Amino acid sequence: MNEENKVLEFYRQFKKNKTALVGLYIVVILFICAIFAPFITSYDPLIQDLQNRLIPPMWNEAGSMAHILGTDDFGRDLFTRIIYGSRISLMIGVVSVGISLTFGLVMGACAGYFGGMVDTIIMRIVDIMLSIPAILLAIVIVSILGPDLVNAMIAIGIVGIPAFARIVRASVLAEKEKEYVIASRINGSSSFRLITKVILPNCTTPMIVQATMGFGGAVLEAAGLSFLGLGAQPPIPEWGAMLADSLQFITTASWMIMYPGMAIFLTVMGFNLVGDGLMDVLDPKMKDR
Amino acid sequence: MLLEVKNLKTQFFSDRGVNTAVDSISFSIEKGKTLCIVGESGSGKSMTSLSIMALVEEPGRVTEGEIIFEGNDLLRKSEDEMRKIRGNEIAMIFQEPMTSLNPSYTVGFQIDEVLKLHQKHLNKDERKIRVIELFEEVGIPLARDKYNEYPFKLSGGQRQRVMIAMAMACEPKLLIADEPTTALDVTIQAQVLELMNDLKKKKGTSILFITHDLAVVSQMADEVIVMYRGHVVEQASKEELFANPKHPYTKALLASIPIPGKVKRKSRLETVDENVNYLDFPKEIR
Repeated sequence: MNEENKVLEFYRQFKKNKTALVGLYIVVILFICAIFAPFITSYDPLIQDLQNRLIPPMWNEAGSMAHILGTDDFGRDLFTRIIYGSRISLMIGVVSVGISLTFGLVMGACAGYFGGMVDTIIMRIVDIMLSIPAILLAIVIVSILGPDLVNAMIAIGIVGIPAFARIVRASVLAEKEKEYVIASRINGSSSFRLITKVILPNCTTPMIVQATMGFGGAVLEAAGLSFLGLGAQPPIPEWGAMLADSLQFITTASWMIMYPGMAIFLTVMGFNLVGDGLMDVLDPKMKDR
Repeated sequence: MLLEVKNLKTQFFSDRGVNTAVDSISFSIEKGKTLCIVGESGSGKSMTSLSIMALVEEPGRVTEGEIIFEGNDLLRKSEDEMRKIRGNEIAMIFQEPMTSLNPSYTVGFQIDEVLKLHQKHLNKDERKIRVIELFEEVGIPLARDKYNEYPFKLSGGQRQRVMIAMAMACEPKLLIADEPTTALDVTIQAQVLELMNDLKKKKGTSILFITHDLAVVSQMADEVIVMYRGHVVEQASKEELFANPKHPYTKALLASIPIPGKVKRKSRLETVDENVNYLDFPKEIR
């Protein structure tokens, strides 16, 4: 089977799960929005136009075709800000999942492979991290580092480490007892080689699923932090920050709070559905169900 | 003499006490000969082979003895030195061909890895040619196509052939086969045994063959040792062992084989006392 066939086969399996397909479409649209933002909309997300403040969406009587989803309290086009916001959300997802994955992978692999004291020390650290509610831990970390988008990503990344560490450890534990690992040792492989080249490639399935799910979670947590004023600072068009800005207009300009909220909801749902779908496809036991 | 094991003792240290898995055993293997180790489960056969490879895991340890391989004591070698010997000078085949290949890589790639580790003078293309050569040697049909197959696509017999090819990749002087045919059905079993005998004749490899199947012993062995609870209870040439078993355990073992025509219907076969945990034994017979 060549590479192209493998991708096709994968897509064929994935397609069977309709909800996962919906999730995939949402994610693809999100990526298109992020990449082609300047082509999708002609406005700038940051430039204020105080003459056109608080214009309702176009299907409203007072709305205009020029602003599809209306404008905010500074006259910025809401649609434009949401589109540009997808860039920020994707960046948050990639960076914080990257941080969680890297550290979680190293910690989990070491704990699972070496066992004994190494395992005890690493897993107790993980337990301590898990004993503190995630959003609280993130708030503490951001408070220490200072409220800023980058720091929020770091905080969310750190908060995500325990989940990855546990998953990686569990699958390393299961894999390392298999005979091919002993066979590889007998053929003269070193510990480092055994972990990186022999065991870990067989542990990718749960990691891919967790990374996809974690992506959605990271977007949500970042929105939460920004909403609390600890993440992205104005005027960055981050969805959570947009929600916070529009709170005072909730009775007079409800569109300002509705559409960024919807963007967050759809993104998180999209990634979670894809994660679910991947789990079904990648787990052979679930195949053809 | 290729390998000489003298007074080898491998013990496991647990909270309940010390369990001696291999108890002061000695044997030797000549160049180009096959030594079979027979014995029931838990008699220390596999622990003996892992001790030779220095792969006994905690809480186990080799506590006494010498393992002289080509004049050097393997027990005195560092982990780095052992790594150069494993796969290169001494190779090993396992019981379960289903799990002893890594499911994430193609079989060709996995053998290529072994060559990359130990045969550094070969370049990429030479290695590929060598791998296909090896596949042909062990009788894998369509060797060239099989190079890019993943293990799950091969049958049990083919996988065991791949394992043998991998073990033979660096032309080791000693091949340790730990019940290589137990998981295979009888016809495939015969083919694999024949293949190993062929390779032994062609390359002059010595084989340490671990099994509990006496029929396999009669097909493979030059010398046989019988192990029981960590001890060598009998050591003899194949012919002698089958014709004239001396130790009561060996006699019981031989008597427990059903012989068509000789064993009456519904009569009971000879049984060998069940193996129990060593620590539960009274002191006198430990």
